[in-house]
Amino acid sequence: MLDTRSGQAFVEFDRVQKSYDGENLVVKDLNLSIPKGEFLTMLGPSGSGKTTCLMMLAGFETATYGEIRLDGQEINNIPPHKRGIGMVFQNYALFPHMTVAENLAFPLEVRKMGKSERDEKIKRALDMVQMGAFGGRRPAQLSGGQQQRIALARALVFEPELVLMDEPLGALDKQLRESLQFEITNLAHELGITVVYVTHDQTEALTMSDRVAVFDDGRIQQLAPPDELYEQPQNSFVAQFIGENNTLAGKVTQLSGDRCVVQLDGTGEEIDAMPVNVNNVGDQTLVSIRPERVEFNPELGPDAHTLDAEVLEFIYMGDVFRTRLRVAGRDDFIAKTRNRADQHRFQKGDKVKIGWLPQDCRALDH
Amino acid sequence: MSSADMQQTDGPMLAADGTPLKKSLSRALRAQKIRALLLIAPLLLFIVITFIAPIADMLFRSVQNDIVSETLPRTVVELDRWEGGDAPDEQTFTALAKDLAVATELKTHTRLGSRLNYETTGVSSLFRKSGRKVDEVGEVYQDQFEDLNEAWEEPATWVGLMADPDWISGQANAEGAGSPFLISPVAQQALPETARMYSQFATVIQTEDADNPAQEKPWAIVYQALYEDLSGGADAAAFYDGDLVALITEAQGAVGGFETQPVREFFLDEIDEDWADPQIWGTIEAFSSPYTAGYFLSAIDFQLTPDGVSLRPDDERVYGTLFWRTFKMSMIIMVSCILLGYPISFLLSNLPLRTSNLLLILVLLPFWTSLLVRTSAWKALLQNEGVINDLLVWSGLISDAGRLALINNQTGTIIAMTHILLPFMILPLYSVMKTIPPYYVRAAKSLGASNWTAFWRVYFPQSVPGIGAGCILVFILAIGYYITPAIVGGTDGIFISNRIAYHISSSLNWGLAAALGTILLVVVLLLYYIYDRIVGIDNVSLG
Repeated sequence: MLDTRSGQAFVEFDRVQKSYDGENLVVKDLNLSIPKGEFLTMLGPSGSGKTTCLMMLAGFETATYGEIRLDGQEINNIPPHKRGIGMVFQNYALFPHMTVAENLAFPLEVRKMGKSERDEKIKRALDMVQMGAFGGRRPAQLSGGQQQRIALARALVFEPELVLMDEPLGALDKQLRESLQFEITNLAHELGITVVYVTHDQTEALTMSDRVAVFDDGRIQQLAPPDELYEQPQNSFVAQFIGENNTLAGKVTQLSGDRCVVQLDGTGEEIDAMPVNVNNVGDQTLVSIRPERVEFNPELGPDAHTLDAEVLEFIYMGDVFRTRLRVAGRDDFIAKTRNRADQHRFQKGDKVKIGWLPQDCRALDH
Repeated sequence: MSSADMQQTDGPMLAADGTPLKKSLSRALRAQKIRALLLIAPLLLFIVITFIAPIADMLFRSVQNDIVSETLPRTVVELDRWEGGDAPDEQTFTALAKDLAVATELKTHTRLGSRLNYETTGVSSLFRKSGRKVDEVGEVYQDQFEDLNEAWEEPATWVGLMADPDWISGQANAEGAGSPFLISPVAQQALPETARMYSQFATVIQTEDADNPAQEKPWAIVYQALYEDLSGGADAAAFYDGDLVALITEAQGAVGGFETQPVREFFLDEIDEDWADPQIWGTIEAFSSPYTAGYFLSAIDFQLTPDGVSLRPDDERVYGTLFWRTFKMSMIIMVSCILLGYPISFLLSNLPLRTSNLLLILVLLPFWTSLLVRTSAWKALLQNEGVINDLLVWSGLISDAGRLALINNQTGTIIAMTHILLPFMILPLYSVMKTIPPYYVRAAKSLGASNWTAFWRVYFPQSVPGIGAGCILVFILAIGYYITPAIVGGTDGIFISNRIAYHISSSLNWGLAAALGTILLVVVLLLYYIYDRIVGIDNVSLG
């Protein structure tokens, strides 16, 4: 149970539920506490409830049950325009009938700010996103990346402490996305603002965030910093959703402390693993191994288990080699090796032995 | 780099075969253009024949005025000398008598009378009356010529004098009208007035009565012309030979002693003293040119008088008021449509598709009923003893004596037309509003705008193209509306189009109707232009 009254929490979801039709819960019992200055990403497949959470925080949806608090104050019944939360939309939502400068002036005008102060802030905000020369343009005259910069500047120009971003880079191409990811994180840290960022792109989530909340089926499956999320997934959904992952089904045959032995369903071979959510010998489990942690012809300890594998495909990808193997009766097992001068390049049909460190192989729920 | 690329630096861009790129592009597109033209050709033809040509003809009628110069050709020429003040001279009256004599036979004098009656009342009856008596002009000369020599009674004498020899030979035994009459060139030189008059007589006899001029005695007015020619002094006999020389010489010798009858006096004394009125003559002169601004002047409550252009008297001014009323009421109807249609469209565009489709059908429902039925239904609802008044009386909001006048006035027209034109506002509004994504308003709210500010500053400006399209549609439809004002408008709720219809079908003053229509068209185009300058036609969108 989270300590929802902790002093440092800036945004808090306290047992929040949301249903649209009165029959199904889109968000089931959400508890989340975000400290000030954190960059938190809500990551999940579509329909997982992450956007609904964001909309509840912004005030465009109301929680069916539970409390949402901002800076200690309950905001369930405060209309969106009084929350003072900046927001960036996937479709930029720049007002097409106003120039860039007028778009930026809008939040300042509704706050009844004087013209000189306004102009100064607009200039600063535009410079901040390197769009200083574009004040007189219309949004339609800008490229997608430029529009999103303006949208970002508009969400920041009135100096909100919390900024929500709803898949802001979803409509941009890969290169632009990467450079903007960098800019957004830098800006957020420079300004010290709290950011809640929604995306379904795991790379984006891992590269940008302080912490990532992985959503599925209306619940947070895991809330952790990116490295922990990647290396220590708490369940098989997270393991499969984040990064590339090999899974093998089996049954726990030995269990002692942080080691267990799993007998694989396909061939009956045994492997070493680290128990994460298996509790008893005999439990069914899915073990998860990252492709880059697989070793060929390993020199592990004397009692370490290895598996026989057959190379089905060897793919040259430049910086890495990707080898598809038949392992334990499955032929979708992937191993990744760095392109080093001494790295052996396999041929189709090669027989090899593979293995891994027990801590890299996590026995998760079934 | 290939050679084609090298050429880019100087001169026009060339295609691979060396021809200028523009030329080869247009050649490549020609087949496409021809195909496009062929595809629209049937519609184009249809529209040109059934729409553009009639409209052009109608517009032409608004300035066309050849009826006076065609019906009274001699009079129009003579009137050039007239300087106003008094009734014109004898010569002009003689010309009028000849023109009227022909017009009476052709029955065009009444048409001319009605036409000139638009300008000066009383002309119509004057022309009809004159038509009945004009055939007496010249009788006095006819009698004297016939007394002089019986040969003047014979159609054959006249044909011998007047007809072309070729025509006579082909005409000897013709039944009915025969071949078209040909005047002899000799007669045209010897007796020019008579030749002109006789030739008209012969043509009328052939075309109107289908008789042969060789068997008909000329009209009295022809003798009048003969008298004029012979008393003129020229040696007419010198042009002829044979028996005719003696006949003409005899007549020419006798005309000096003929009893005369001035045509001017005959008109003033025997036909109608109104012919002394210079206003009648002024009207004929003012409208003698084949093109006139008269219809347009009438359409804006001015008139063309012998003294120039002047405003009509107060009691004859109708069109200014009518135009202004049409314009004003169309505006009121348009604004009512915006006020009623905007919220509906807003609701429709924000509802889920299933619900909005259902509601949209309700909006379109009136289209499935005949316009006439809907308008008549309003009659039943709005009248003094109608449903609305009964309800108001029943609910005690008004007393029985104080029933509201909701029909046969402007209120009735505005209510009924707002109802009928409302879908034309809702549909463009709805289709534009549907394309405004909800995230704009959300963005505005997240930036701190209240509901009203978000609507007014962000949503409303984006819906303006829909309002523009709706306004143009409703206003242009309203300004030319006819049926509804005619049924529920009474006398002070009618539009200019009702007046146009009246002139087309009742008063038959097509020229005025055309002028009114043209003004209406120009006003609409002008408004369209102004709208384009202010709002911009690019900003009009049907979704």
